Amino acid sequence: MIKKSFFGTLKPRLEYAIIDVSPPDPQEIPASTSVQLFAGVALEQEKRHLLKAGDPVKAGQKLTLFENKDDYVTAPVSGTIAEMAPFYGDFGSKMTSITIDISENHEIDAHFKKIAPSPTRENAKEYLCCLPGRFPVSLFSDSEQKITTLLIMGMDTDLLTLTQQFIVKTKTPAIKSGILALKETTGIEKFVIAVPETLSQDAVSTGAIVKPVGSIYPAASPHLILNDILGKEIPAGQSFEDMGVAVVSAEAVASIGTAYDSGQIPAKKILTVIDKSGQAKMVSAVIGTPLKDIFTALNMTANHEDRIIAGGPMKGASVYTEDHPVCENTDAVMVQDRSVIPLISDNACINCGECVRACPANVPVNMLIRFLEAGQFMEGADSYDLYSCIECGLCSYVCTAKMPILQYIRLAKYELARIQKAEAENV
Amino acid sequence: MFNQKKFIVSHAPFWHDGSALSKKHYHIILAALPAVIPGIYTYGGRAVAVVAFSMATAILWELIINVIGKRQVSIGDGNAALIGLLLAMLLPATTPWWAVLTGTFVAVVIGKQIFGGLGGNPFNPVLLSIAILSVSWRGLFDFDEALLTYDFDFAMAYPLAALKHLGPDGVASFSVLDLLLGRQVGGIGSTCGILLIAGGLYLVVRGFIRWEISVSFLAGIFATALLFKFFGSPGQYEGPLFHLLTGYTLIGAFYLATEDSSSPVNFIPMLIYGAGCGVMTIFIRNVGDYVDGVVFAILLMNLVNPIIDKIRPKALGKVV
Repeated sequence: MIKKSFFGTLKPRLEYAIIDVSPPDPQEIPASTSVQLFAGVALEQEKRHLLKAGDPVKAGQKLTLFENKDDYVTAPVSGTIAEMAPFYGDFGSKMTSITIDISENHEIDAHFKKIAPSPTRENAKEYLCCLPGRFPVSLFSDSEQKITTLLIMGMDTDLLTLTQQFIVKTKTPAIKSGILALKETTGIEKFVIAVPETLSQDAVSTGAIVKPVGSIYPAASPHLILNDILGKEIPAGQSFEDMGVAVVSAEAVASIGTAYDSGQIPAKKILTVIDKSGQAKMVSAVIGTPLKDIFTALNMTANHEDRIIAGGPMKGASVYTEDHPVCENTDAVMVQDRSVIPLISDNACINCGECVRACPANVPVNMLIRFLEAGQFMEGADSYDLYSCIECGLCSYVCTAKMPILQYIRLAKYELARIQKAEAENV
Repeated sequence: MFNQKKFIVSHAPFWHDGSALSKKHYHIILAALPAVIPGIYTYGGRAVAVVAFSMATAILWELIINVIGKRQVSIGDGNAALIGLLLAMLLPATTPWWAVLTGTFVAVVIGKQIFGGLGGNPFNPVLLSIAILSVSWRGLFDFDEALLTYDFDFAMAYPLAALKHLGPDGVASFSVLDLLLGRQVGGIGSTCGILLIAGGLYLVVRGFIRWEISVSFLAGIFATALLFKFFGSPGQYEGPLFHLLTGYTLIGAFYLATEDSSSPVNFIPMLIYGAGCGVMTIFIRNVGDYVDGVVFAILLMNLVNPIIDKIRPKALGKVV
């Protein structure tokens, strides 16, 4: 953990990890006995499920839970479905966890191979929603919002993480063919790839417009890239899509390229594993591999009361169990020792202003937090720029009173969204 | 499922820069303490007694309020001790015990706790207490009268009082070096310029106080005093250096005006606030009735702080 420097007048300087000139190959994590996948829909008692425990699946097979629903997951391995259970994600989002026991003979589903030579919008939507990097499937659907620019993140948005840089460094041909396939299927014309300075040369051969990103956190936040580099400021509260921009990871684009080139849906996810001492190691694991398999392979241990984080130190999400799987968008896994876990407090804001100076979005955090603490979310949104927050986490990081500032902000956004949804339904 | 390892789960971010309330307050106490030493050297045991009693009672008041209010005991964060120390540094060494007790009560209970504790106070608690004490018992802060029993080897008059009553001619005997080294009459910890500046610079460098406020405070005093000297009626006003080194100026610039809760956090508001404190101080000293203007100048700017802190940069994506 990076502590405040002795010279406290300086702003916090958290530097992104930058990948070596010639990174070593990622360590392969041996196949586990089972994998776990999360489908974005909840199990419903009254509806008939198309899947049940005991069904055989092939690698690359599309698993659809309900009829007439677009949501699906792609089996990364072949085997049999062992269990289907409800799962609750962040903020209580309802999902279904599907566990597949891996069989010994690796069978590959042939459907995609047939259509791979001719990429179309329909077959992309049909097969490519669960790629490593998780390409946003909405880009393949006809929607009212016209996406004109695709921002490819060749820079990791979190500290210590090297995954996207590794992809840019090692898989430029795949990114290139991914871009070509996307041009054909989605009709997007402008492709921009954001990379650290050192990777500018590598990124040129992808064919996208290369935009170098600064090395100080949170310069690689998509909001700031759009604002500082592309000169587009997103009005607070609006999404990237409203501006005609979609943000995807380099890995997602590379996976699309690989899928169409090879005729097989890639199932391996590159991720950065950060041990307790902050050392990063690249590994390659099948999607759905339980984290404990990775820990075993790397000789790491997570003890009682440690913290396991899927993601990096500033933007990740902590998980409850070592059995949690590698998901399509898990760029990093981090274990934090119990002795270094900073605890938050219930102190009130003392108005020291550290957060205001740290905030890259100029949010008056000192005022905002007073309203959020009192539960006045609407007031915070109206007068104190709640929706300008880009959720970089620097305010919580520097808070002298150790207040859970970003946590309050996320809660406020969630509650306001819930209220708006309820109001819309009641009208 | 039983005997399973349990992990700590929370929302991001998972790092913290290691700063803490207690760390901040203890560092300010440490930075301020050296300035008390010349006071103890000059006034002896009385000064030690006032400082110790003030800090002790400040902590005690905080504890009492914690217990009465059934709130978490907050004396560990060091803020009560800091209030006690700063209050004592402003008081003359001869302050009677009941005045110290009242002073810390006003500072901790009325100045801070009734507003909800640390961070809620609209005024600097120490200054609020000094203001109430000095309005209630004017004699307490008449340094010349209070310190009559002492026999110093330096100029025996309170510089600002001498200036007020005798004009610039009356303060010609004060040398800048004496003022810097604390060889002047005044509060226990507010006279030794060099140590106050050293402590203040330490806090600025470490980021415990906001340099913008201190610098603009001193700049405001300097500029205003200079203007008075050049454009006021000749021979009536003293120059800026004297104002910078006497009274509560330095302790005010580094320890009082920078109090977190009652000062702004945005860049331009900090400059306005600091400069406002400086300008008001000189106006009160040169035009007003009070001998020293720092206390009321800062309290006045505390009052306008919420309004001037509204001047802030446009937030990302804000549509006006």
